[in-house]
Amino acid sequence: MPTSFFLALSAIMFVLGILGVLLRRNALVIFMSLELMFNAANLAFVTFANQYQLLTGQIFVFFIMAVAAAEVAVGLALMVAIFRNKGSVDIDQLNSLKG
Amino acid sequence: MFLSETTSMDPLFLVVPLVVFLPLLGILVNWLFGKRLGEKAIGTIASLAVGGSFVVSLILLFALRTDPQGFSVPLMQWFTVGGLDISWSFRVDTLSVVMMLAVNLVGTLIHIYAIGYMHEDAIHQGDPTRYRRFFIFMNLFIIAMMILVSADNFLMLFVGWEGVGLCSYLLIGFWFDKGEGGIANAQAGKKAFITTRIGDFGLLIAIFLIFWAFGSLNFGDIFPRVGEVAANHPGLMLAITLFMLMGVTGKSAQIPLYVWLPDAMAGPTPVSALIHAATMVTAGVYLMTRSQALYLAAPAAQNVVMWVGAITALFAAIIAVAQFDIKKVLAYSTISQLGYMVAAVGLGAETAAMFHLVTHAFFKALLFLSSGSIILSLERAMEEGAQGSGSHATNIDPQDMRNMGGLRKKMPTTFWVYLVGALTLSGIAPLAGFFSKDEIIAAANNTNGIIFVVLVAAAFLTAFYMGRQILMVFFGKARTKAASLAKESAPLITVPLIILALLSIVGGAINFPGWLNLEHWLEHTIKVHESTFQLPVALISLSIALIAILIAWLIYGRKPLAESTSKDPLARSLGGVFTLVNQKFKVDELYHFLFIGPYEKLADFFAHPVDQGFIDGIANGLGNLASETGSWLRKLQNGFVRSYVLSIVAGIVIILIYLLVRV
Repeated sequence: MPTSFFLALSAIMFVLGILGVLLRRNALVIFMSLELMFNAANLAFVTFANQYQLLTGQIFVFFIMAVAAAEVAVGLALMVAIFRNKGSVDIDQLNSLKG
Repeated sequence: MFLSETTSMDPLFLVVPLVVFLPLLGILVNWLFGKRLGEKAIGTIASLAVGGSFVVSLILLFALRTDPQGFSVPLMQWFTVGGLDISWSFRVDTLSVVMMLAVNLVGTLIHIYAIGYMHEDAIHQGDPTRYRRFFIFMNLFIIAMMILVSADNFLMLFVGWEGVGLCSYLLIGFWFDKGEGGIANAQAGKKAFITTRIGDFGLLIAIFLIFWAFGSLNFGDIFPRVGEVAANHPGLMLAITLFMLMGVTGKSAQIPLYVWLPDAMAGPTPVSALIHAATMVTAGVYLMTRSQALYLAAPAAQNVVMWVGAITALFAAIIAVAQFDIKKVLAYSTISQLGYMVAAVGLGAETAAMFHLVTHAFFKALLFLSSGSIILSLERAMEEGAQGSGSHATNIDPQDMRNMGGLRKKMPTTFWVYLVGALTLSGIAPLAGFFSKDEIIAAANNTNGIIFVVLVAAAFLTAFYMGRQILMVFFGKARTKAASLAKESAPLITVPLIILALLSIVGGAINFPGWLNLEHWLEHTIKVHESTFQLPVALISLSIALIAILIAWLIYGRKPLAESTSKDPLARSLGGVFTLVNQKFKVDELYHFLFIGPYEKLADFFAHPVDQGFIDGIANGLGNLASETGSWLRKLQNGFVRSYVLSIVAGIVIILIYLLVRV
């Protein structure tokens, strides 16, 4: 299959992720949308790694997965803390930093 | 020109810096240890410091007898900028040593007098802790005056000139929290400082012009070259001398800047005697005498000087006739006598001016100090009277001559020395004032008939107001309880008075007609016109003075004032004219209307519409702009994560579009 197909899929996933972050109110869903964007990026990396026959892209993917896993741990912990405080994870309720 | 001669200089000249450093030592001792020393010790140290300065001046006098051309004794380099090379050198010549002797002699006597006077005055004013401060200021004044008279260039002279102005300000406002409304004394000090500052502006301009014309400020470089420079820039000498005259009118209290001197009487009496009669106010006369070469190159300026002096002499003498404050009479008399000296400089009789300066220092210091003795004894009597009767203190003005009377029997020493001072001032032969004033009047007779008449008229008024004062203060009967209780002052006060009285009697000898010591003495420094003793002139001025005293006796002596509230006999016959003169021709009000009022309006304009409106408007406007912008921008900070994300995405999109479009 041509490289452009993979890239198009990656772009679609990324845009879906952005829309999810922008439009959804549930923090968990936003979180999942972020993961979608990560993976769109990962897909682009492996695609190009395949295209140019370089290992660097694939190594990057492993890095991103590791960091994303760590980030998920921190993010979920935050989410639990927010839920305990506010009784909800609706992101529109979280505007204490309003200027 | 002097530096080359330094090698052959008599080593005695090298002591000259001590005239400044001995009083400085006095200040340091009093300042550092004064708190632990008693009043007597403080006063003694200060007097010894000035007395030591006097001894140094005597040594210089001795040294000058063998080397009369004088020397410049360098002390230190001050600064060098381009061609301007200023050093602190002491000029020892016949002129400066005459000034040093007069200032230090009178200064020493006044310091001794002040030991007794300030003791009582400080108690009367209720703050004995200021005793030490007084003597420190007095010594500081002597330092500044010595810097002034011993200066070898115009800039050092200006340093001393400003220094004496500062001391004058500090000492006029010495009881700065006293006086009418608690601020009258402070205001008098301020008035003196600001008025003289107007004159100092003129002096500064003159100094700048001198540097511009001569490229130097050293006396030794300037005066020999006056002829050559005057030929190249004819108008310049006139400008320099007239601007210098402006400085003189400020410092020496001449029309139009004389208004500060009568108010300066708010200072303690020793200050009035030392600074505002004997020494500082004569600095202008000294400056013009020192700069004689410049004035000789500008005859028009000399004319102006002559007229300013003569008119001041007459004008102030008229005002003095209608004053009731014993010190105000003497203050206007000082202005008038300074007018004589300035007129003498204008007439080209600098020696006569210096002669009158010296004798005036003696007899005017004497008169002021004696008036201080009277004021003190009245204050003392007021307090005693209040204690004796057990009632509240009878608050009379102890300086008002209407509250005195009959003090001749109660204060005999003060009376006799006052009489000597008054007769000397009136120009009665053979006292000192007769010779010195006569020399000026004779010079006027040689030069200008109108000036002669003006000066003789002023002499008449001088004798008249002094006669009036003596009769009002010492004759008749005591018009208040305080005056009836008055007692003679302590010897610490009367002994300096007696010495000054002796000096006033014999002071004429320093330039006795036919002997002419001072004239030959000054010849080594300035150009001297041989003065001749003119018998007709002497007889005229003597008889005029005697007639004036007789008239004063007819008006005030035959029928003395009955009550302290009764009207002055002159007021009865002259009415409104007397009131106008009593109110000093309303010159203060005129100045207020012409200068101070508009100035205050201008200041108000700058303060309110300009500063508070415009300047503050800009400053506050900028602040408001930032604050408004901030409160508008804070709406962006709404706390919603999603809107931040939206802006980030929008930013990314814009960047992407830019990158795409650019390629």
